[in-house]
Amino acid sequence: MANAHAHDHAGAHDHHDDHGPAKGIGRWLFATNHKDIGTMYMLFSLLMFFIGGAMALVIRAELFQPGMQLVDPMFFNQMTTMHALIMIFGAVMPAFVGLANWMIPLQVGAPDMALPRMNNFSFWILPFAFTMLLGTLFVPGGGPAGGWTMYPPLSQQLGDGFPMLIFAVHLMGASSIMGAINVIVTIMNMRAPGMSLLKMPIFVWTWLITAYLLIAVMPVLAGAVTMLLTDHYFGTTFFEAAGGGDPVMFQHIFWFFGHPEVYIMILPAFGIVSEIIPTFSRKPLFGYDAMVYATASIAFLSFIVWAHHMFTVGMPLAGQMFFMLATMLIAVPTGVKVFNWTATMFKGSISFEPPMLFAISFLFLFTIGGFSGLMLAIVPADFQYHDTYFVVAHFHYVLVPGAVFSLMAAAYYWLPKWTGHMYNMKLAKAHFWLSTIFVNVLFFPQHFLGLAGMPRRIPDYSTQFADWNMISSIGAFGFGLSQLLFAYIVFATIRGGEKATDKVWDSGRPHGLEWTLSSPPPYHSFETAPEVK
Amino acid sequence: MKIVKYAAGLLGAALLPTGAALAAWELNMPVGVTELSRDIHGLHMLIFWICVLIAVAVFGMMIYSIVKFRHSQGAVPANFDHSTKAEIVWTIIPVAILVGMAIPAAATLVKIEDTRDSDMTVKVTGYQWKWEYEYLDQNVKFFSTLARDSDAARQTGSGVDPTTVKNYLLEVDNPLVVPVGAKVRVLLTSNDVIHAWWVPAFGMKKDAIPGFVNELWFRADEPGTYRGQCAELCGRDHGFMPVVVNVLPQAEYDSWLAQQKGGEQAAPAPAAASAQTVENAAPATAAAAE
Repeated sequence: MANAHAHDHAGAHDHHDDHGPAKGIGRWLFATNHKDIGTMYMLFSLLMFFIGGAMALVIRAELFQPGMQLVDPMFFNQMTTMHALIMIFGAVMPAFVGLANWMIPLQVGAPDMALPRMNNFSFWILPFAFTMLLGTLFVPGGGPAGGWTMYPPLSQQLGDGFPMLIFAVHLMGASSIMGAINVIVTIMNMRAPGMSLLKMPIFVWTWLITAYLLIAVMPVLAGAVTMLLTDHYFGTTFFEAAGGGDPVMFQHIFWFFGHPEVYIMILPAFGIVSEIIPTFSRKPLFGYDAMVYATASIAFLSFIVWAHHMFTVGMPLAGQMFFMLATMLIAVPTGVKVFNWTATMFKGSISFEPPMLFAISFLFLFTIGGFSGLMLAIVPADFQYHDTYFVVAHFHYVLVPGAVFSLMAAAYYWLPKWTGHMYNMKLAKAHFWLSTIFVNVLFFPQHFLGLAGMPRRIPDYSTQFADWNMISSIGAFGFGLSQLLFAYIVFATIRGGEKATDKVWDSGRPHGLEWTLSSPPPYHSFETAPEVK
Repeated sequence: MKIVKYAAGLLGAALLPTGAALAAWELNMPVGVTELSRDIHGLHMLIFWICVLIAVAVFGMMIYSIVKFRHSQGAVPANFDHSTKAEIVWTIIPVAILVGMAIPAAATLVKIEDTRDSDMTVKVTGYQWKWEYEYLDQNVKFFSTLARDSDAARQTGSGVDPTTVKNYLLEVDNPLVVPVGAKVRVLLTSNDVIHAWWVPAFGMKKDAIPGFVNELWFRADEPGTYRGQCAELCGRDHGFMPVVVNVLPQAEYDSWLAQQKGGEQAAPAPAAASAQTVENAAPATAAAAE
C-alpha cells in the first residue's frame, strides 16, 4: 500500500471551531459532507440489495420444482430483469460509490470530496430513479421483462413501463457520471502533500481507473437507450431491419457499455481486497506497481472484448477470433492480481478476522468465476455455454462472492472506523460462514445445470433439471436469510458496541491515512492536509 | 474447486435409488452426435482440465499459505513486497497456456463456420413462441409447437405433476426431420423478436434475428430424437418453445418427405424413429461419457 506513512499530527483536528452535523432531516437532504453522503449511498444500496434479493427469491421459489406453481411467466421475466437492474445499478454500484465517498478523502488526506453539492445531487437522483424503475411494476404492461440487456425488438414490447425504464436508466447514468467526475477531481487535486500517484492506497487507484471507465461508457448506455426510445416513439429505425436498421447493432453498443460495466463492478473490489489482505497478513502488498498496471490493463482490455457476450449473433469468423483472443488476454492481468494476493499471504502472519475471511473467500470464489470466464471465452465452447445456466453461474460467481463479498469485507474492515464501535465478531463470523457455504450451494450447481443444457431466463424446466434446481433454491433461501444477519450486525454496530481504537486492527498494519484519525473520525477531517513522506 | 462437483455428484448419485434418476444429477456437458459437438466437447474438457491444473496449483498455494503462516501459530511475517522474477514468470506462463488453448479453439471455429457443400438446407424461422421449418426446394413447411400435454401441464397452477408428462417441455407436435449422415445447413431468421435455435447434441446454437439470416450446419451420425430449446429470451413463453429433431435413416426420411409432399394434412412425423434409434433425452444425455 505504497509507503503512505502519515505523520501523527494529522489526527488532531478536533480543536478547530468544528461545526457538527446539521440537525434533523436537513442533515441528509442537504448533505454535502462526504461521510454523510457515503453513509446514505451505502444504506440505499443495502435497501436495494434486499429488494433485488427478494426478487431473486421469487425466481428461485418458482424454480424450486418443475411446473409453474407461483407466478405467471411474464411476471417471472419481470423479476429476472428487475433483479439484475436493481442489483447492478442499485446495490453494487452505489455501494462502491458510497465507499469511495467515505474512504477516498480519508485515504488521500482531503477534507471532503471536491464537488460536495454535485455529490449531493448524484446521490439524491438515485431514490427517484429507482422509485421510477420499481414503479414500472404497477403500470399497464408491467415492469421490464426483456432482460436487463434490453435487447430490441423484445424490449420494444414493453407497455407503459417503457419510457419509465429509459428515464430511470438515464438518471442512474447521470448519477454515476457525476459520482465519477467527483472521484477523479478529488483524487487529482486534493491528495495530501507528498502523496504522489504511485503512493496512493490501492483502493484509491482502482477507483480512479473505475471512474474513467464510468465516464467513458455511461454515455454510451444513455445513447443506446435513447435510440430505443426514438425507435419506440419517434419513428426511427436504428434497430429495426424493416427500416434499414439492425437489432444486433444495439447489442454491440450495449456491450460496449456492458463489458466495462462489469469491470466497474469488480475493480474497486480488487482495491478493497488489496487493502485487507496485507493488513491481516501483516506484510506489505506484493507487487504494488504491478497491481496498478494490471488494473489499468484490465480497464483497457475491457473496451475491446465486448462482443464475447454475443458470439451467437453470427459474426464474421475474423471477428469471433479477435474477440476470443482479446478476451483470453484478460486472464493475464487478472492472473497477476490473484498471484500477487497469494504472494502477499505467503510468508505472512495471517489472522482471520471477518474482513480477512471475506477477502479469502473472495480470492477462492472469484478465481472460480475467472476459470469459467476463461472457458466462456473459447468461442466453440461458448456456442454450447451461451445463454445457459453456466453463464448464470459464471457471472454470479464474480458478482456475488466477487463484488458483493468484497463489499462485505469492506464493511467489516471499516465499519469500526466509521462508527467508532467494534461489531460482534462471533456474529460476523457466523455471517461469513453462512454466506460462503450457501453461496456455493446456490451457484455451484448452476454450472451443472448449464452444462446439462438448461437455458437461462426460463420460468420452468424439463424434469431432468429438477434436482440441482432444488439444491440451488435451497442455497438461495439460505443465502438470502443469512444477509438479514448482516443488516442486524451493521445497525447494531451503528447504535453501539465496544469502543474501537484509532487503528482498529492490532496487526501493526494498516498504514493508510484513515487510521491516523480517531474512530469515528471527526465530522470534518483533514482540514489541514497531513503530510505524506 | 471443480473436483468437488464430481464428489458432490457421486454423493448425490449414491443417494438415488434408480439408474433412471441418475441422469438427473448430470454434471457435465454430454457428448453429442455430430463431429462438431464432439470437437466442442473435447475443447470443453481440455479447458476444464487446464483450469483444474491451474486451480490445484493456485489454490494449493493459497491453502498452504493460510495454514502454514498463521498468526495464531506464531508466524513471523517477512517483509518483501515484490520480486520481478516471479512477476515475469507468472505473466509469461499464462500467456503460453492461453496460446495453447487458442490454437485448437481456432481450428474448431474454422470448421464450425464452414457451411459449404451441404446436402440439404432447412430454413428455420422463430416466432413468439414456435418454430417454423421450411425445406428449401422441397415445398415442405410446417410449424413446430410445444406438445399439448406439456402445454396443459405448464399452465400456472395446473396441478399436473410434470414428472408424469413424457418429455415435459421438450416435446413438440411436429419435429424437424432430417436424414442421418447428411450435412444439413440451417438458415435462421425470425418473424418477431430474436430467438436462438439450439440442439445441445449437435453442439451448435445460433440466434434467429428478424430481418437477417444466420446459418449453421450439423451432420448427425446416429439416428434418434434430439431435443433442445430456444436459447434467447423471447418474451413470455420463451421457456416453452422446444426444438425437437428426428434423425432418420435415409430411406425412412425419403418416405417421410414423400408423405409430406403428398399433401397429407399436417401429417405428423413418425413419433419415434425405428426400433434401433437412440432415445436421446438431449440436453442431458444418459451416460456422461468422460
